[in-house]
Amino acid sequence: MTEKTVLNAAHRALGARMVDFGGWDMPINYGSQIEEHHAVRRDAGMFDVSHMTVLDLHGPRTREFLRHVLANSVDKLKVVGKALYACMLNEQGGVIDDLIVYFFDEAHFRLVVNAATRAKDLAWIERQAKAFGVEVRERPDFAMIAVQGPTARGKVLGLLHEVDRPRIEKLGKFAAAAAQGPHGMPLFVARTGYTGEDGFEILLPNEHAVPLWEALLAAAVVPCGLGARDTLRLEAGMNLYGQDMDETVSPWEANLGWTVALDEGRDFIGRAALEKQKAAGVQRTMIGVVLDDKGVLRHGQKVLTANGEGEILSGSFSPTLNKAIGFARVPAGAAGDIRVDIRARELPLRQVKYPFVRDGKPCEGI
Amino acid sequence: MSEIPGDLKFLKSHEWARVEDDGLIRVGISDHAQAQLGDLVYVELPEVGASIHTGHGVAVVESVKAASDIYSPVSGEIVEVNESLSDKPETINEDAYGEGWIFLVRASDRSELDELLDVNAYEELVDSEDH
Repeated sequence: MTEKTVLNAAHRALGARMVDFGGWDMPINYGSQIEEHHAVRRDAGMFDVSHMTVLDLHGPRTREFLRHVLANSVDKLKVVGKALYACMLNEQGGVIDDLIVYFFDEAHFRLVVNAATRAKDLAWIERQAKAFGVEVRERPDFAMIAVQGPTARGKVLGLLHEVDRPRIEKLGKFAAAAAQGPHGMPLFVARTGYTGEDGFEILLPNEHAVPLWEALLAAAVVPCGLGARDTLRLEAGMNLYGQDMDETVSPWEANLGWTVALDEGRDFIGRAALEKQKAAGVQRTMIGVVLDDKGVLRHGQKVLTANGEGEILSGSFSPTLNKAIGFARVPAGAAGDIRVDIRARELPLRQVKYPFVRDGKPCEGI
Repeated sequence: MSEIPGDLKFLKSHEWARVEDDGLIRVGISDHAQAQLGDLVYVELPEVGASIHTGHGVAVVESVKAASDIYSPVSGEIVEVNESLSDKPETINEDAYGEGWIFLVRASDRSELDELLDVNAYEELVDSEDH
């Protein structure tokens, strides 16, 4: 049975092309994926991301529980409303999922996890939460709309109650706060995103999602499908769970070392395996690649290096750069001559430092 | 969706064939197919002179999202390819039945054309896929 978000009819009314996305009937585009991509880079676009799973964690030992279950340290969350990107690992150091955690108070944190991993995430979190007496409450009553692009914040601010505007305007990156939207609807506004542009991700009760969507349309925010979301996040150098990492891949091997906090005395799940892997030397690494020849990089294509074979992880056409870009997992130390096998033809890849695009423009050296 | 020209015949895999005045067969993909694929960003064209067979991939079109093999409705020899697609693959999105043609074939067995769907049958196929 395919699930539908509360905005499903609104997408269809806009002529969206709908596809199955992890069991959800979601818009892939509303006409041109490339035009939607450019709308976010140049102006403002919005995405229905209500399929993502929201979990509220309650209990006096919630912080202690999150110290144990996340590879990043929730001790970085000191101010109410602050958010943190983190990986949840298994005992072998493999990534169960990547997520965002929000701090409300010592007895209440919120997680936003991937839709496709909902069932296993819930099972894992509930199992681990028992020992800490933490209650896990799923919030299917929330919709989520991401509004992204250089003019996105201004357009959202214009829809807020005027008493909330100055406070939300000053909201720092990776921070969130409550505000009133059109007709006083209650919003949870986070300055986060998955596109490499500034903007907000807005959580709100389902019954207000259609009116907010329509108000954003009226404010000339362009509806964008999950197709554009994928090329935007790839250009921004952001990992996609299931494509760039999974339970057989450690954060070291997915360029997520920056999300691992080996703070003293914190015994999180997977830590021992990560330390062991680091001490022994990480065998595989994730790199950014550009295909200067014509063609498109795709997940699973074989990559050839002097140190052995690797593969393309996320790969796609970059609308901003007008050529194909991707991530590749290759043997550690591989450098110089790197090629990709596309339909039995070997084409040279150029290894680059990513992000590929930042603030609407190609990064230096791309 | 745009009107399908009446002189076209179709494969179930959404390629069209048009018999030109000189008897050569022009091949492209349907407007329905381009809409399904989304924005096209790359077309891999066959070599002029190549010998081709029905049921085998002859060209590849790639949208942002996916790559798709293009089959030939007839066997024969490639006599011309639409080179302009190398720089402007989006022409297929804009004009699938006209400027967005992909290759031209000298058919070795014209009776293969009889196996193709006419416009009405193709429209029925598309309708049944949509529901």
